Amino acid sequence: MTETAPQPTTAAANPPVQPIGSNLLPSDVVRISATKDVPQPDRQLTKVAKLIDVSKCIGCKACQSACIEWNDTKPEVETNVGVYENPHDLTPNMFTLMRFSEWVNPETDNLEWLIRKDGCMHCEDPGCLKACPAPGAIVQYSNGIVDFIHENCIGCGYCVTGCPFDIPRISKVDHKSYKCTLCSDRVAVGQGPACAKACPTQAIVFGTKEDMIAHANDRIEDLKSRGYDNAGIYDPQGVGGTHVIYVLHHADKPQIYDGLPENPRISPVVEGWKGVTKTAGLAVMGVAAVGAAIHGLFARANRVDEHEEQAAERLVQADAPATAPHDRGDV
Amino acid sequence: MPRPLYSEPGDRIESVRPVTVSRYRGFIRGNHWLTALSLILLLLSGLALFHPSLYFLTGLFGGGQTTRWIHPIIGVVLFFSFLLMFVQLWRLNLPRPEDTTWVAQIGDVVAGHEEKLPELGKYNAGQKFIFWAMSILIVVLIVTGVMIWEQFFGGLVTIPTRRIAVLVHSLAAVAIILVFILHVYAAIWTRGTLRAMTRGTVTGGWAYRHHRKWLRELAGRRQNGPAE
Repeated sequence: MTETAPQPTTAAANPPVQPIGSNLLPSDVVRISATKDVPQPDRQLTKVAKLIDVSKCIGCKACQSACIEWNDTKPEVETNVGVYENPHDLTPNMFTLMRFSEWVNPETDNLEWLIRKDGCMHCEDPGCLKACPAPGAIVQYSNGIVDFIHENCIGCGYCVTGCPFDIPRISKVDHKSYKCTLCSDRVAVGQGPACAKACPTQAIVFGTKEDMIAHANDRIEDLKSRGYDNAGIYDPQGVGGTHVIYVLHHADKPQIYDGLPENPRISPVVEGWKGVTKTAGLAVMGVAAVGAAIHGLFARANRVDEHEEQAAERLVQADAPATAPHDRGDV
Repeated sequence: MPRPLYSEPGDRIESVRPVTVSRYRGFIRGNHWLTALSLILLLLSGLALFHPSLYFLTGLFGGGQTTRWIHPIIGVVLFFSFLLMFVQLWRLNLPRPEDTTWVAQIGDVVAGHEEKLPELGKYNAGQKFIFWAMSILIVVLIVTGVMIWEQFFGGLVTIPTRRIAVLVHSLAAVAIILVFILHVYAAIWTRGTLRAMTRGTVTGGWAYRHHRKWLRELAGRRQNGPAE
């Protein structure tokens, strides 16, 4: 195990026969949840991306099966309610899900069956990580992968609040948050994600982000030549770009792909909560507590004097029932 | 007997020489301290999840996971404990004309010149402010808290609503901590107050100085027959 794995540039390569050392190390982390001033790593890994070409997807769910297989998760068997999604939603045991939408194209009056593989987008600016209160529960590596470190996760669900794509799911069993890891454990040893490896039409491919953008542009050119004038890439800049990108035949209408957000960004509410509220709130509470303590120690206290004790005795012992407008200056 | 205006039916003058006045029965004292304990535990566990520099406070509860599940449960305890206190206290905390004068002359309050202020019933405007601020903030906190209670109410509200709830929850938490600091500070600064919540009684001088109308009413009731 002397050699470390190369950085993967494709999901097609087969694993080496020899054991090989991990090439995605704790020192490659560039962001850590609830942690300021993360020391920046000495090396910069090549940015990676998974490209999902929606126009090539046949909806076979091989990616889902591969995901379950590799991550050893056991999604519950559910009931068929007459839709193709299975399971019905992302779960703590199902990190990726084919979402099927039937859409009538108003220009052609054709029914189009849009199939989008949903899952973590691995944002360059991850809302989950920003919202997370537990130090070290969410990390981002220099190659762009956003990973949950489950031993540090407390199950509060703040990542759900922070995520612009509604991805993380909290387990009812161990109360920890789960999502796609971009197969960080495979990437670490030079392999591409399991879903990409399993995809029979290469609708899912994996490599450096640069290569994936180039490949996406080839695909877009091809789609445009076939009449999909609005074909385009989905790499939303509102979250700094993502490390899971789509090729969409109707990139001008991402919402038709089962509600893919048009301009995803970390909500200003979340920014306000994790920004000024957190910082100013702590400062105000700190100043109030310290100020009250210091004032309490040094300021003159409000004391009752002996005259008032005597006045109280006179008041209580007075025979007549108390008359209300008593002269209060008689102390 | 008609309900007294400035005192609770249970308040009474315990002894005359020197004068001691019973201000809080044992029940409400227990009620108060349960609420206080809950509030302090909520403050510690909530601050741990509020700011990373205070995350170490989770250690007091046995780690992050425990802090996460115990915080809302203590919240429910506090809510019901405070609710019980609310029904006992709300009546004498209703605003009265003399409160306006008290607020207008807040400078005399801070300077300790209470002889320049109007005579007051069981609570002054500051105490009433604490009571109502606590009441409102606790309602805000329990409502928004349930909305973000992942373990049992994970799907109750949509994610955009949840974002607002978590922001309002943290703002309300900051506010209630400020109110809490004011409450503790005032109780300590006004010497002779703490014993009302420990022993349950205050001295006659204390009652005369700070809540003379309350003392007058109790004295009058004592003259007129059995206090009970």
